[in-house]
This record gives sequence, structure tokens and C-alpha cells, in this order.
Amino acid sequence: MSPANAPLVIVGAGHAGGRAALTLRDEGYSGRLILIGDEFHPPYERPPLSKGLLQGTVDLAGYSLCNSARLAELGIEHLAGNPVKGLDPQRHRLQLADGSWLHYARLLLATGGCSRKLACVPEHLRNVLYLRSHDEALALRASLRPDTRLVIIGGGFIGLEVAATARALGCTVTLLEAGPRLAGRVLPERLSSVLLELHRSQGVDVRLNVAIEAVQGTTHVESVQLADGQLLPCDLVVVGIGMQPNTELAMAAGLEVGQGIRVDAQLRTSAPDIFAAGDVCEFRLHPQGGFQRQETWRNAETQGRHAALNLLGGELPFEIIPGFWSDQYDWGLQTVGVIANTEPTASRTTPGGGFLLFYLDAEQRLQGACGWGRGNSVAKDIKLCERLIASHNPLSVEALADAEVSLKQLLRN
Amino acid sequence: MTDQWIDVCAVGDINEEDVIRFDHGPHTYAVYRSANSEFFATAGLCTHESIHLADGLVMEHVIECPKHNGRFDYRSGKALGAPVCVNLKTYEVRVEAGRVLLAITV
Repeated sequence: MSPANAPLVIVGAGHAGGRAALTLRDEGYSGRLILIGDEFHPPYERPPLSKGLLQGTVDLAGYSLCNSARLAELGIEHLAGNPVKGLDPQRHRLQLADGSWLHYARLLLATGGCSRKLACVPEHLRNVLYLRSHDEALALRASLRPDTRLVIIGGGFIGLEVAATARALGCTVTLLEAGPRLAGRVLPERLSSVLLELHRSQGVDVRLNVAIEAVQGTTHVESVQLADGQLLPCDLVVVGIGMQPNTELAMAAGLEVGQGIRVDAQLRTSAPDIFAAGDVCEFRLHPQGGFQRQETWRNAETQGRHAALNLLGGELPFEIIPGFWSDQYDWGLQTVGVIANTEPTASRTTPGGGFLLFYLDAEQRLQGACGWGRGNSVAKDIKLCERLIASHNPLSVEALADAEVSLKQLLRN
Repeated sequence: MTDQWIDVCAVGDINEEDVIRFDHGPHTYAVYRSANSEFFATAGLCTHESIHLADGLVMEHVIECPKHNGRFDYRSGKALGAPVCVNLKTYEVRVEAGRVLLAITV
């Protein structure tokens, strides 16, 4: 067992881990608090990496949860670059890379994930980049020049947002997607098709149902060879084919792991006094539902905070109405709730060429919604949808489909 | 440093319990009309990641940022919890002859 005065320890100093650390202090925990991460930067939010940072409109300070001075002021010991190599749940201790042992009273695993690697890329090839961390984003930014011929592998959000940013910077962009539509894993068909139309109208050569044979070059990447025999000459490849949760530490320690580190409703793992949060955390959205992970800003923010409350003995069940957004060119999409893998129950158009899709259950209650519009114009309606979901009130399909009926009015009916 | 009253819009240009964006020179503001038709103004950008607040949702006296759900009481500018922790600057507003006027310091 751990000594009574052992610290609270967070492994993973990304968004979820950082939010947890700050929340512990906000909630009045004044004991020793250690935040361990691979990166030397203070905790930061990742959405700007594929947008503002690449464009040069924001910097790390603009999306950090706090700076190093603030961490020091709050007495949060940030151990960077000394990764954890072992976890011994029975004895409540971690082993660091330098071999030393660190006891914990309670532990939060917020180890996040790493980019899935494309198998057919030779190890030595330069200019094949991934995008997950601030440093990777800086490397990508330095490679995006107006004359760059960029091939993006993967038509998910990373690929699409990088494509939009690279076009704005004047690059020639080809985007390759293995599936039949863009972001098909998480978006309904209608959003996939407006994204396709938008990217093509902005000059991106989007190719769907593409199989890649090889990524070729001597020292630097020179071309991408497709299975159908086509050769795409290029100066830069960005691979955005998803992330792999960092579960190795938990798995080696014998914790229950599925697609991520499994937790119960209180975000507790199968080992005593160990919690998990963020991209790596596999949880049930509903007590009867299946396990899932969520790789979103919203999940990192709320789960990190929630885990902190339970590290302090809160015992609160974690509840979330999921949601995410993506910004591409001057358009934005947002989702909230659960988007069923079916046709939407109702839809409406919004001023300026956007639309909203609504997903109701058999009792006519809103389960999920998503929208598309210029800038952040869809945000108000999506926020109202979030409240409509939370209200569990049955809704009229006709009213939802009628652009003249305000969602605020429906909420107050 | 004196206050100068700037014409923003007609009273009817802002819906009740809603917000508009108002740009003046290099500055951007969010101007609010409450459910009972009182007018308020704050800095236009969220203190968290500089997003225009006017795209956010107004419910009663709270503006919620369109991106990260940061919430502020727009009457006082007070930040209501993570991820926002820095309050919004507020500005005086008055209504004169059906026009909304905003006080800025020049």
C-alpha cells in the first residue's frame, strides 16, 4: 500500500490530464500533485494544431491550459520527458524512465494516443508527417509553402483541416480517402457530401475509395503510388488515419483494457485508486450501452475535470452529451448528442446556405443533431439542440423542419 | 481619456435575449439585449481562445461561447467557470431615440 501522504499523480499532461490537475487545485486539494508527460510544453488543447497554428494566427500560449509559471504557482509538479515505464497497482507505485519509483495515493491515467502509422512508409523517408502534437504541427507548418505539392492520406478531420489550411497557404493538395466518403466514421452522409463539394470547389483533388500501394522516395518522399497504378508526384505527405490509444502501461499492469482503458461510471479503472480520462478512456455513455472512446475536445475537458472530482472522493457518475466541431475554410460543422447511423428524422435549412439535421428516438425525443454553416453560425442552434436533448421532451418533426420555428421557442414550450 | 458614445444600431436590430457583433476601428464588441429589453455590451472576443462571442447562445443573462462552451454573465462580464477563467471587459450602453449607443474610451 501507499504511504498515507503519497501524492496524487496524473500520467499524461495533455488536455484531460492538465484539466484534471487544474481542477484538483480549484477544488482545494493542497497536497502534493504530480503531472507527468512526454512533452515539455505545459498542457494544451489540440484543435488549433490543424488550423490556427498552421496558419500562423495563434501560438502555443493561445491554446495552453496555463503556462509553466502558473503550474509552479499552483504547486503542480510537471515532470516532462521522463516517461513512466511501469505501473505496480498492488503497491500503488509507478516506475519512471530513470528507474526511480514514485508512490501515489490515487492515480489518473490520461495517456491519450499517438498517430496511427501508415505501414507502407519506409522508416527513413523524410517529409512524411503526422499531426498530433504541437511540435509535429510546427514541423508541418515549416513544410507548407505556396509551391508545395502535398498529398494527404486520410479523409478524416485531420486530413480535411490540413487540406483547408494548406490550400489557404497556396499549396497544391491531393487528398486520398480509402472509404467511399469523407469522415464517414463519424459524420452523416449529407455532411460528407458538402465537405466533398467544398474541398473540390477550393481546388483540392479529393479521391475516394483509394488504395495506396507505396509511398516512395530516396531520402525525401517523391511520390505516392496508388493500387490502380497511378503515380502522384509530391514534396510532402501528411498521414491522418486516426489515433491509437496509449494503453500499453495499463495493459502491462493488468488493468482491464478494451479499445481503451476501461472505466466504470465513476471513471475508475479495474485497479483500486486508478482512474482514466480523455482520449484513452473507454467508458459507457449509458449504463446499458457499449464501451466507447471519444477523441474530442469536449470529452477531454469534461472527463478530465470529472476525474479530478472523483480522485478527491466524489463518486460522481460521469455523464456527457457528446459533441465536436470542425472548421474548414470559412465553414464550420458542429454535432451534439448521438448521431444515428440512419437518415435524420428531420432537417431544416438555415440562413446563408447551411442546414441542421435532427435525430429523434421512437418517442420523438431528440438524441442528436448536427449542423453546417458559415463560420460559427451553426453554434447557437447546436447549443439549443443540446438543451433539447437534455430536456427529454418529445418534439414535433414538423416544427423541427420548419425554419420559421425557433429552437429556443421549442425549448420553452 | 474620455468616453465617447458610438452609434451601434437601432433597438430593433437586436432580438430580445440575443447578441450582435459590433466592430469599431480595430475593436470588436458584443452587444446584448436581455429578455426584458435592457442593453449591455462586452468585449467581443472570448477570453479563452479569442472566438467571437456574438455567434454564441444567450440564455437569460448568460452568453455561451460558440466553440468551447465558456460562459459569462454579460451584465458583469464575470467568467462562470472552466474553460474560461478571465472575465470579459464590459462597456456602458444607453438607448437614445431608438438607437443603441456604446461608450468607448478614446
